[in-house]
Amino acid sequence: MTVKEQTIQPHAELYPVDKLLRADRLPHILCPGCGIGTVIHGYVHAIAASGVDEDNHVCVSGIGCSGRASGYVNVDSYHATHGRALPFALGIAVHNPELNVTVISGDGDLTAIGGNHLIHAARRNVNLNVICINNFNYGMTGGQVGPTTPIGAKGTTAPNGAVEYPFNLPYLAKATGAIFVARWTILHVREFQDAVLRSMNKQGFCFIEVLAPCPTSFGKANKIGDGLHEVEIYRERCRVENGAPDVEALDIDLIDESKAITVGNFVDIERKPFMV
Amino acid sequence: MDLPLAQIPRGRVHVISERCKQCDFCITYCPTEVLAYSDDINAKGYHYPLVAEGRESACVYCRFCDLICPELAIYTTEVTDEQVSTGQSNAE
Amino acid sequence: MPNSTAAASVQVDIEAPVLSGTHFMLGDHACAEGALAAGLDFFAGYPITPSTEIAEHLARRLPAVGGRFVQMEDELASMAAIIGASAAGAHSLTATSGPGFSLMMENIGLAAMMELPCVVADVQRASPSTGLPTMVGQSDILQARWGSHGDYGIIAYCPSSPQECFDLTLRAFHEADRYRVPAFILMDEVVGHMTERVLIPSADDLPVPCRKGPREPPGGEPFLSYAPDEDLVPPIAHAGEGYKVHMTGLTHDERGYPAMFAETHDKLINRLVDKIRLNAADIVMYEAVDVDDADTIVVSFGCTARSARHAVSQARREGLKCGLLRLITVWPFPETPIREIIKRGNVKRFIVPEINLGQLRREVERLTHLPVIRLNHAGGAMPTPNAILELIRS
Repeated sequence: MTVKEQTIQPHAELYPVDKLLRADRLPHILCPGCGIGTVIHGYVHAIAASGVDEDNHVCVSGIGCSGRASGYVNVDSYHATHGRALPFALGIAVHNPELNVTVISGDGDLTAIGGNHLIHAARRNVNLNVICINNFNYGMTGGQVGPTTPIGAKGTTAPNGAVEYPFNLPYLAKATGAIFVARWTILHVREFQDAVLRSMNKQGFCFIEVLAPCPTSFGKANKIGDGLHEVEIYRERCRVENGAPDVEALDIDLIDESKAITVGNFVDIERKPFMV
Repeated sequence: MDLPLAQIPRGRVHVISERCKQCDFCITYCPTEVLAYSDDINAKGYHYPLVAEGRESACVYCRFCDLICPELAIYTTEVTDEQVSTGQSNAE
Repeated sequence: MPNSTAAASVQVDIEAPVLSGTHFMLGDHACAEGALAAGLDFFAGYPITPSTEIAEHLARRLPAVGGRFVQMEDELASMAAIIGASAAGAHSLTATSGPGFSLMMENIGLAAMMELPCVVADVQRASPSTGLPTMVGQSDILQARWGSHGDYGIIAYCPSSPQECFDLTLRAFHEADRYRVPAFILMDEVVGHMTERVLIPSADDLPVPCRKGPREPPGGEPFLSYAPDEDLVPPIAHAGEGYKVHMTGLTHDERGYPAMFAETHDKLINRLVDKIRLNAADIVMYEAVDVDDADTIVVSFGCTARSARHAVSQARREGLKCGLLRLITVWPFPETPIREIIKRGNVKRFIVPEINLGQLRREVERLTHLPVIRLNHAGGAMPTPNAILELIRS
């Protein structure tokens, strides 16, 4: 086998979304089989389809593997402190309502340390598109459990299995006032991209939970062999329920094979947005 | 009848081999089994997808490989009637 | 426009960004007006005694002049929001006191690392922890300089009067813009809650804020967010201006991209410190009264300087050779005037009265082997002129 030393060719002519990426920084640092790259991919496709000038798109992220997303998109992007992406993004969105501000961050960043900011940003209905990448653990720091880890799943800080009830994020988002709430997985590429697009075209707080594999940390600790294996779990157990299902019943249990995983666009309402 | 409307699209696969991390998604989920791994590896040591032998005209431009690739390492372009005769893939 | 003839001006045109004229104004309000005069267009804060009046005043004034006021859920969010707004081009302010100041520390580091200008007013109260919420303190001095983890440079002002609350807040915005740093107004409860004469100049006499922008229009060569000029300060591009910036709290290279190397880190952090340290001569402000022949120098700041001024003038009347060095910037610390006084050879000792247990005294001790006499109170009460005078006489 020979190793071909190749320089990365610019592909923008044939592959237009490439110019929405900081291609000089690819390949990114994320692991093989990690779902975050697919989320970034869906986001940049949505930017291209949004009808909003690229110069008016802004991406803000927090800390964690998901938080690295902002570093790879070629729009004005800000990699803020842990949990504080939402208020940082609020500052941008309120000061300049012309900007289309998307927050991409992880389950730990947005719902643990950032939990307080999440509920208040939703309550206010700040005009933000929030993509919460849920890989069920704290990946960057090596696989600790977090507020979305299923009961019984292993993590480095719960070696005998997590004991805390995890969040039902669509329920939380709906209850605190989000006007658009969806859950998809990285397998549902088109539905996810459409949900992001819908958020960009809505004025108010839009929350999309997207399930993604973390083969290196969560997967390895919980006998999910690689990214593909977890995506197969999504494929086998996901059930789409658009509209207004009983959001309260949308708990996820990735570990319990008997439980279905409900995905869909759950909430899509109108409410006066904050200070636009 | 409705043949012009029911035309199955044709696609050409492009691979940005240096970005690939051999995650298996595109190869597994291609609906017409267009892709297979190269014998070569890229600079990071990963095998990257190529059009499999005999599958050159199998791509139906569904774009699933493009959309699901976490590395943004593969995409397809639509092949129009005039371009059908070549039917090659580009692994760059 | 407010009337200019009466001593007390109660008619306030809340839609005028600059309330030119003579006012009888609360220190906290004067700080708010200084911010407005500097072009404040975004405030995010959380109520905390004794700074709440700044927020309440701006809740009325800022929307009326076309700016945005948000009461955030906590001080962490407040600090994050003003930094985000600054990234989008705003002149932004938050106001707090000790406990909130502690909560802001992490994001103060973010502002320093991203080099995003913003102003933080800390109206100090007796600390630590909840302390005496309604009573004076001056014990956040070292925290303002060193509170966030790591090394970085900042500017901090200590007003001694409501007039200075106005003047120094105005100045803080300019210096924050000029050096791309978070700047601090370290007020205290006495100055913040006192009402005194405040003269606000006409808008034409106010200096214009000066954030350096990119020299080329967007669309050409990629803009380098962190390529410094000779003054060590990089030009800044804001969100929406078309420059596709990336800013991160991670150590970064001149493009703004994460660069995880020891060498890059050392170079970057040294520049963050040097851009203040090497420009200190232009930043430092102080007031020297009767220092030339003095054998005793009282070094003071904030509300304590009011007592010190009285004590020093009384001491002079008694024939004692005493002078006052009032620090207006506490950071960067005014080393030069102190070294110059020492070099003159007349001074034999320093007295540092402060409402804390010796924070500023350490800075003076650093510069001299001469005795540095302390007059400390942990918080809740100002040192009286008599207490300082006793020390001068002794």
